[in-house]
Amino acid sequence: MKTFPIGGVHPPENKITANMPIKYLPASGSVVVPLAQHIGAPAIPAVNKGDKVKTGQLLAAAKGFISANIHSPVSGKVNRIDNALDTSGYRQPAVFIDVEGDDWLETIDRSEEIVYDIKLSSEEIVRKCMDSGIVGLGGATFPSHVKLSVPFGKKCDVLIINGVECEPFLTSDHRLMLEKAEEVLVGVKILMKALNVNKALIGIENNKPDAIEHLQKLSGNFPGISVLPLKVKYPQGAEKQLIKALINREVPSGRLPVDVGAVVHNVGTAYAVYEAVQKNKPLFERVVTVTGKSLKSPGNFMVRIGTPVGRLIDEAGGLPEDTGKIISGGPMMGKALVSTEIPVVKGMSGIIAVPVSESERTEVNPCIRCAKCIQVCPMNLEPYLLMSLAQKGLLTGQKRK
Amino acid sequence: MSSVILLTVLSLSSLAIIAAVILYFVAQKFKVYEDPRIDLVQDLLPAANCGGCGFAGCRNLAEALVKADTFDGLYCPVGGAKVMEEVAKLLGKTAIAADPLVAVLKCNGTPDVRQKTTSYIGVYDCRITHNLYMGETDCSYGCLGYGDCERACTFDAIHIDITTGLPVISDEKCVACGACVKACPRNLIELRKKAKKDRKIYVACSNCDKGGPARKACKAACIACGKCFKVCEFGAITIENNLAYIDAGKCTFCRKCVTECPTGCILEINFPPRKPKSEPQAQSVPENPNV
Repeated sequence: MKTFPIGGVHPPENKITANMPIKYLPASGSVVVPLAQHIGAPAIPAVNKGDKVKTGQLLAAAKGFISANIHSPVSGKVNRIDNALDTSGYRQPAVFIDVEGDDWLETIDRSEEIVYDIKLSSEEIVRKCMDSGIVGLGGATFPSHVKLSVPFGKKCDVLIINGVECEPFLTSDHRLMLEKAEEVLVGVKILMKALNVNKALIGIENNKPDAIEHLQKLSGNFPGISVLPLKVKYPQGAEKQLIKALINREVPSGRLPVDVGAVVHNVGTAYAVYEAVQKNKPLFERVVTVTGKSLKSPGNFMVRIGTPVGRLIDEAGGLPEDTGKIISGGPMMGKALVSTEIPVVKGMSGIIAVPVSESERTEVNPCIRCAKCIQVCPMNLEPYLLMSLAQKGLLTGQKRK
Repeated sequence: MSSVILLTVLSLSSLAIIAAVILYFVAQKFKVYEDPRIDLVQDLLPAANCGGCGFAGCRNLAEALVKADTFDGLYCPVGGAKVMEEVAKLLGKTAIAADPLVAVLKCNGTPDVRQKTTSYIGVYDCRITHNLYMGETDCSYGCLGYGDCERACTFDAIHIDITTGLPVISDEKCVACGACVKACPRNLIELRKKAKKDRKIYVACSNCDKGGPARKACKAACIACGKCFKVCEFGAITIENNLAYIDAGKCTFCRKCVTECPTGCILEINFPPRKPKSEPQAQSVPENPNV
C-alpha cells in the first residue's frame, strides 16, 4: 500500500463520529458572514444594511482574481455590516443577517436527483466555480478557480482528489464520501473536464475501509477515476505528501503542484463543485464535525456558513464542563478559538472541545539531540537545529537553511 | 651548543626584520585614509551603539557627521543637545536643535479594567503571540505584556510591572533610542516630546474598535466620544480611527481633556495634585499605574 516515504507520525485517531450520519442543521437566529474567509483579498460587500436577501444570493463580490464570492447562507434581512471576531480574535468586516424563514433563490435546483450529464464546457465550469465562490474546503480555502486555471505553458496530466482526512477526530470528508459518493464522483468528473485531464486519483487512508469500498464500487461507472487506499500516516493529507504518495512526484520548495503536472482538490470541494455546476447552488453550507471526548452527542452537521460555533456545540449536547480549549479544524493544524461567537467559515472542517487535561502543554525539556524530530519530519528538515537558531534569534540562519 | 642558539636567534631576527620591511611597504601601498576627526567625534558620542540615530552604531554616525555638510537628520538621541553641540564645535558646523523625546506606552489595560478572557500557554514573546491571536484579553490592540520592549531596551529603562502586567518606562533612564518602538508588534510605544519636569499628557490607549466593543474589552479604553476634542482650545486633539490623539507640540498642559475623559484613558503624569474645588469632582482621575 502506498504512502509518502519520509517521516510521518501516528497520532491517536479518535474518529468518534465516523459512524454518525450527516445531520442537517436549519438556519435560525442570526448569522455572521465574514468577508475574508478565503486566501486572497477580502470580498467587497454587494448588499446594504436593511436589504432583504435570499438564500444563495450574492453577499459580497470577489476583489480581483485571487479572491472569492460570498453568498448568503440564509434568507432574511441584513442587520448591519460591521466588524466581527475572526478565528484569531481580530476584528474583520462581516455581514450580519437576521434569519427570516428559508427562502432559496429560484435558480437553485433543490431536488435530490443526481445529474450525471455535464453540459458546461471547460471554461464555463471554471467560470461557474468562480461565480459560486468555491474555495478549497480542506482547510486552506484557496480559491478553486485559480487552481483550475492552469497557467500558460504548464501542463496538468493528473487530478488528485484528497480524501485522506489524516487529522485525528475529523470525519466530515469521510461521511461525505459515504453519503454523497456519486455526487462527489460527478464532481471529480467536472473537475477533470475543467482541467482537461483524463486521469483522476482519489487517495483515501485505509482507516476508512467503508469509504474506499463504496467509492471503488461506484467508480466503475466513471472511467478515468481510480480510488487508491493509502497507509495511515500523518500528514498524508498535506498536498506535497499526497502527491509524493500517489504519483511519486516531488513538488520543489516554493513551487506549486501544477509544476509537476498535478492539481489537488479536496473531496469536499469536489462535492461543492458538483452542487455549483449541476445544481446551480453556490457554496454556503458545509459539513462540520463537532466532536470531543466529553461531548454528549458529537456528530457531523451540514451547517450554513456564518452559524455561530456556540450553536453547533449546543446541538452536540452543550459545552462540557471540563473543556480547556475549543479548536477549529483538526487538533494538529487547527487553531484554538477565543470565543464561541465566532462563525463557521468555509474552511472550518471541525470543532473539537478538548478537555483541560489534554489541552495543557507539557514542560519543554532541553534538547538532547536524539534526532527523533529529524526521523519524523516529512519535509526533510532538521527541527532541532531550527529550534536552537530560533532560541538564539538567528532568524536569517533559518531562512538560509 | 651555543652556536646553535646563536644561529637560531640570528635567523629568526633576520626573518622578522625582512617581514617587517615587507609589511611596512605593503601597509604604505594599501593605506586607507581615514579622517582623524571620525575618531574624535566617536569619542564624544555616548558609545551606546543603540541604533537610535538610525545607524548601526556610534562609529557609523561619527562617519556620517564628519562627511555631512549640515547636521540635518543626524542626531544622537542618547547624547542629546549637549553632545551635538560639542560635535558641532569640533567640526565647525552648527548643531540643529531637536526636542528631547521620551517613550510612553499607549495602553493602560491593567487587569482591573481589562479582564482576562482566555489563557495563553506558549512561548513568552509578544511578536509570536500577536501573530497567533488577539491575546489573553478581549482587546486586540492592547499590550500583551510579554516584555519584548523590556528585552529590546539596552538602557534598563523598561521593566514589566508584575502587578499590572504592563511595561513601566523610566523617564530618567529612557534615551529615546526607539528600540522598544520597533520591538512592539502592536506599535504601542510612542516617542513624545519631553516637557518641563517630565510632565506628560497623552491618550493611553490604542484601541481602534468602535466605542462599544472597545469599552467592553477594557474599561479604560478610548471610545472616541470626542469630549476631549471639543474641550481642547488649542486644537491639539484629533480623532481618527476611533482613537483620540494629543499632539505634544500643540498641547499646553491645561489638563481640561483629562477631567473630561469619561473612561480616564487620558493620563496626566508628574503634575502636582489638583486643588479641591468647592463642588466634588464627578470624574476622578484614576491613579496611574504606568509610572
